[in-house]
Amino acid sequence: MQNKYDVIVVGAGPAGSTAARVAAQKGCSVLMLEKDREVGMPVRCGEAVGEKGIKKVLNLQDRWIANKIDAVRLIAPNGDVVNVAHNEIGYVLHRKIFDYDLAMMAADAGVHVVTKAYVYGLVIEDGVVKGVKVKHLGKEYTLHAKIVIGADGVESRVGRWAGLKTHVRMKDIESCAQVTVGNISVDRRYCDFYFSDDIAPGGYLWVFPKGPNAANIGLGIAGHKVNSKAAIDYLNEFIDKKFPNAAKLITVAGGVPCAPYMDNIFASGLMLVGDAAHQANPISGGGIIQAILAAEIAGEEAAAAIKESDVSEKRLAQYEKRWFEKGGQNHIRAYRLKEVAYKLTDEDLNKTAEKINKVRPEKRTIISIFKVALFNHPKYIPDILKVFMPAKGSSS
Amino acid sequence: MIQIDKYKCDFCGTCVSVCPHDAIELSETTLEIDPVTCTECMNCVKACPLHVLSEEPVHAE
Repeated sequence: MQNKYDVIVVGAGPAGSTAARVAAQKGCSVLMLEKDREVGMPVRCGEAVGEKGIKKVLNLQDRWIANKIDAVRLIAPNGDVVNVAHNEIGYVLHRKIFDYDLAMMAADAGVHVVTKAYVYGLVIEDGVVKGVKVKHLGKEYTLHAKIVIGADGVESRVGRWAGLKTHVRMKDIESCAQVTVGNISVDRRYCDFYFSDDIAPGGYLWVFPKGPNAANIGLGIAGHKVNSKAAIDYLNEFIDKKFPNAAKLITVAGGVPCAPYMDNIFASGLMLVGDAAHQANPISGGGIIQAILAAEIAGEEAAAAIKESDVSEKRLAQYEKRWFEKGGQNHIRAYRLKEVAYKLTDEDLNKTAEKINKVRPEKRTIISIFKVALFNHPKYIPDILKVFMPAKGSSS
Repeated sequence: MIQIDKYKCDFCGTCVSVCPHDAIELSETTLEIDPVTCTECMNCVKACPLHVLSEEPVHAE
């Protein structure tokens, strides 16, 4: 660990490793700091990705894949199963290996990596972020950088220290519990999503098979819908009922920002990426692909800004501008869709499932399901129309 | 004051994300709430997936 780098990245998840790798490939000296003892652990994630998305951002490696998925099934509150058309194939990953490999790719590009390195503050001079304060093995260090990239996850504080308001509103946080289980029997061809106020209020429960006898099972509940029961209680109830013999090999908690598009993701000398920048898809909670896409841009812009000797807020706004062009419209639509979805009652969902099951299976796409929901619930038409209205431009 | 059950905590950071006052400090295996900055808004208590946080009952003088 030197005390001066071009770029310091806080957090070694997919966003951090990607931003660090790209900046290093573009000629920067880069340090990546991870607070945990091991990159890739613990895995706080459902681990499923769509094939199109993942292949767009990475050269998919066999060792990352636990299971290939042929289709998605949606389970209505009354138990009716909707088989969605087989146009969305995907993978359940081994995130532990995936994250480790992304960090290794960064290391291969020349990035210095330090684990058990807890960043507790920023170095700010004349309103410009100039480095980080870090605790490592009982000692405190002040490290300088031309640009700091905050990839410190949902719990991000890097942005807040620079004056960006990045805390997540209660209605925009999904409070999640997740287990990786064995000794169950699942159809490994399907990723299942359960929707019901009894199972996961304001969210959904997922069963993502990692093999014929193993799965990643978890759920998220919306922060403002929490009552006396926490996410872990809902999850235990479901598993006890559905998979009473399941062996829970891993149990973890986590939060997912399912928040509006965030444009304040940069300041002088600073950029935020991934969950820290609320880039996860607000309707699905999936964040890996967006994190990697945004981090690639952040890494490129960091290197370019440093080359131009201009790390001002104005210069780094280019990162947000490019990210908006790539993912902003989608994000804004997904958030509006989430707001409609919140309004659907269990009864609405049951009726929608009943109607959609009369449509031929090959025509049951996510879009057609929304159309059916729309025709059956005219009261939501204004909200649905809003979803498809063009999103306003970014802050710039 | 918000109490932390350190035996239940998974150090996932959900509480940190919803704290409007940046009163929570989380490292790999420690969680601390600054009693001065904390306004006991209860966001963290509600958002915690594992019942780690609770409000200490206020005792009458």
